[in-house]
Amino acid sequence: MTKSELIEIIAQRQKHLSYKDIEFAVKTMIEQMAQSLASGERIEIRGFGSFSLHYRPPRMGRNPKTGEAVPLAGKHVPHFKPGKELRERVNLNVAQEKSRPADQQTMPREIQ
Amino acid sequence: MALTKADMAERLFEEFGLNKREAKDLVEMFFEEVRAALEAGQQVKLSGFGNFNLRKKNERPGRNPKTGEEIPITARRVVSFHPGQKLKARVEAHAGTQRQ
Repeated sequence: MTKSELIEIIAQRQKHLSYKDIEFAVKTMIEQMAQSLASGERIEIRGFGSFSLHYRPPRMGRNPKTGEAVPLAGKHVPHFKPGKELRERVNLNVAQEKSRPADQQTMPREIQ
Repeated sequence: MALTKADMAERLFEEFGLNKREAKDLVEMFFEEVRAALEAGQQVKLSGFGNFNLRKKNERPGRNPKTGEEIPITARRVVSFHPGQKLKARVEAHAGTQRQ
């Protein structure tokens, strides 16, 4: 599912707001989440998960072309930890899936 | 302070003229649809942010850390998040000390 498919789905469920409105709202939410991490602030969404920053200490890297050692500065990288509800729901069908044919395992939501 | 659903609803309310109820519902729906897609086995790609992928993990041996007893960790499906280039670049520029 891409961002535009997500916008589409929400627009279908939410009849009183236009596609354009939903599109703007979804982009605003994603941008706000990115901004939050970019400013060093965590994101905590109950039932979904939390995003935080993990620190990677400085290290010596290598230029793959010349083999020359290059110092790399420490940096932060985004990290996601799924919440309880997401973990459980994603894992829900795994036990049953084993007994089903492989081609039925992932059915796109739109055509259900 | 962490960003929460309430903060996100507040922003939609302020910037966007939605009433508080609508703003809250929209934020809820956003995360619910991402969860539902993942639950249905679909990868979720949010450009400008990152991708949520699903990984199958096989059963592996585990141990109860308290008792030392061996118990198998059952096969499972888990979500992994891969931040996009744009988000990584924005976060990397963040010059902070270790705090999280």
